[in-house]
Amino acid sequence: MVGLDNADKKVTDFLGGIHPPYEKRDTEGLRIEKAPLPERVIVPLSQHIGSPCSPVVKVGDHVRKGDKIGETSGVVSSPVHASVSGRVTAIAPFPHPNGRDVLSIVIESDGKDEWGDGPPERKDYLRLDPGLLKEIILEAGIVGLGGAAFPTYVKLNPPKGKKIDTIILNGAECEPYLTADHRIMAERPHEVVEGLRILMKILGVDKGYIGVEENKPDAILNLKKAASNGSATGVQVKKLPAKYPQGGEKQLIKAILNREVPSGGLPMDLGVLVQNVGTAMMVYRAARFGRPLIERVITITGKGIKRPRNLEVRIGTRISEVIKECGGFSGVPGKVIIGGPMMGMAQYTLDVPVVKGTTGIIVLPKDSIVFEEDRACIRCGMCVKVCPMGLIPNMISIYSELKQFDDAVQYRPFDCIECGCCAYVCPSKRPLVQLIRHLKSELSTKRSMAG
Amino acid sequence: MEENELIVSPWPHIRSEVSVSKIMWSVVFALIPATFAGIYIFGYKALEVVLLCTSTALISEALALKVMGKDITIISDGSAVLTGLLLGLNLPPGSPWWISVTGSVVAIAIGKQVYGGLGFNPFNPALVARVFLLISFPVEMTRWELPHPILSGVDAVSGATPLGALQMGRLTGKGLGDAANLNLMDAFIGNIGGSIGEISAAALLLGAIYLLYKGYITWHIPVSMIAAVFIFSGIFWVIDPARYASPSFHILTGGLILGAFYMATDMVTSPITTKGQLMFGIGCGLLTIIIRMWGGYPEGVSFSILLMNALTPLIDKYVRPSHFGAKKDAAGTI
Repeated sequence: MVGLDNADKKVTDFLGGIHPPYEKRDTEGLRIEKAPLPERVIVPLSQHIGSPCSPVVKVGDHVRKGDKIGETSGVVSSPVHASVSGRVTAIAPFPHPNGRDVLSIVIESDGKDEWGDGPPERKDYLRLDPGLLKEIILEAGIVGLGGAAFPTYVKLNPPKGKKIDTIILNGAECEPYLTADHRIMAERPHEVVEGLRILMKILGVDKGYIGVEENKPDAILNLKKAASNGSATGVQVKKLPAKYPQGGEKQLIKAILNREVPSGGLPMDLGVLVQNVGTAMMVYRAARFGRPLIERVITITGKGIKRPRNLEVRIGTRISEVIKECGGFSGVPGKVIIGGPMMGMAQYTLDVPVVKGTTGIIVLPKDSIVFEEDRACIRCGMCVKVCPMGLIPNMISIYSELKQFDDAVQYRPFDCIECGCCAYVCPSKRPLVQLIRHLKSELSTKRSMAG
Repeated sequence: MEENELIVSPWPHIRSEVSVSKIMWSVVFALIPATFAGIYIFGYKALEVVLLCTSTALISEALALKVMGKDITIISDGSAVLTGLLLGLNLPPGSPWWISVTGSVVAIAIGKQVYGGLGFNPFNPALVARVFLLISFPVEMTRWELPHPILSGVDAVSGATPLGALQMGRLTGKGLGDAANLNLMDAFIGNIGGSIGEISAAALLLGAIYLLYKGYITWHIPVSMIAAVFIFSGIFWVIDPARYASPSFHILTGGLILGAFYMATDMVTSPITTKGQLMFGIGCGLLTIIIRMWGGYPEGVSFSILLMNALTPLIDKYVRPSHFGAKKDAAGTI
């Protein structure tokens, strides 16, 4: 333990960033509880970055929990599984938290909650062949649970010539309000550490880090205990400053390794793989118990929720049911946000399901929402100071407004990680992230048409 | 509850409480001590100048917005009040009413609204107006008064500002001339001749500390500007103290403190990067001393800031913040 403490000292602060009110107090001390079995689940066939799955069941089929119901359709893809046992009642487009309607499989629960015939339990999971472990992760439908939902299997297969030598688990959870990862690390540190060891085994890596913001001391302590247990060598827990966006992949690598992912590059260019702590837990469960990803921990909180909680929820549960489990709304809800308040999406309907990338549900009461008209940039430079990528967000946004997309390239819009720090501080209340996204998409369209 | 009542808006869903109007009104608030100092030293006539400038600026802003078909409620953001106040503080205490009115209309109409309003103006509007007045009405704009504090019973008497005295000494070959007699404590407190708002360094610094504390200005521009004045004037003073005024004289007289903390820091017309702001401040300081030492005007703060305003787009084009991932993994070690 003494030796591990020394590791805290070598952490680098990243450039820029903000300190929004953290608002985690309501849920950071609450144990993860299992949500009751939902009556019906809506499982979208696209819950990940990449091509959507194709259904392998028909309306009327009986499925058991863990049965694969959507099969991968491309290299970058991830299967989906039944999260309850019951009957398939519809395969049709349904509202998705991303704002679009997505082809989804609806299962009415039979209340029995029976497991299907999945892969076997394996006590010797750390001695399995890396190829088999990767197959298990692919088949379990594991994607990045930090929100981006990139298929984990793909990340474990770096292209030829790229050698991964370091794995970092992202336990920063820098988004305000959210505490799901915090609770996972505090309550299930063993599963997180074992998940990391499996990932290290797959890639033949001997350096593994878990980066946690300093505002989660119990998580840090418990992870350190788990990491120093038994044969878990090479795993270091790093205490990071609490600053948004500490959990940005590039910022995390900078903090822990003091190395910068080159502009336009990926972590693998530095030989680094980053995974969320919840993802590592799922990797462990898949390898150890043969369990596919059919449930996840989310935080339901905000002033608009009667009883904030950290719940382990079946994928596909409608958020209206989840909110009911938390005592319903407190007052008149104004915004229902899926994800964190910095990068999450405001929902127009409560019929959307919890998906693999859902980190939380935040409800803000109507009377707390201030609508502010945006106005012209006054060139105050606050966005420049807080940009963690060292960009000049106001200039990119102005070029976007003027539709002079090509002229903005010199300002490196594609380095923008869309964290929202610039918009958070902007005194003119400009929608900077959306203006930059618009510019990026215009440029991408142009490029793909030219190419 | 009806589902269609949910509010959908883009992220981030939380925002800081800083707003344009909060910044503008805070600067107005920070200028209150200096305004009171000016009114105390020069009497109620100074109050009249300040009120006339502020109200004319507001009316001009309202008219301009109306003519252009824009939302008129934007006048409550404090920017027009601030422009008017800054212009008033930059005028001689005994200015006739039409100087205040003409200046304020020029500041708002030509300094700001013709470009499209706040955010688009390349030059500091109050300084545009001040320089316009100085060039157009040199007699009225250089008729200075000696301090005659309220309740002191002293009547307004015209007299030279310390910088005016310095220029007179230079032009008549008398070295420092009357400027040699300046009591620096008087200059710090504000017991000297000059524009209404520029005389009391103490009152100006009080407001500046508030703005620095709130983060609405940063130290980069004022410190680099004052440091440039200090070093540049100091070099000449060390060489020949009989001919050149001391650095503290240059810092405490004229509009340097007012300009450095309240005009050069104008967000719209100064560079956005800290590196650029340092260059901007140094440029302002150097030009100020060049004009004061060799120029046709005794004071150079307004001109120097306007000239640097003109260079701001160029500075912003070439000075960029250090950008994440620019180096090819320089450290490379763990």
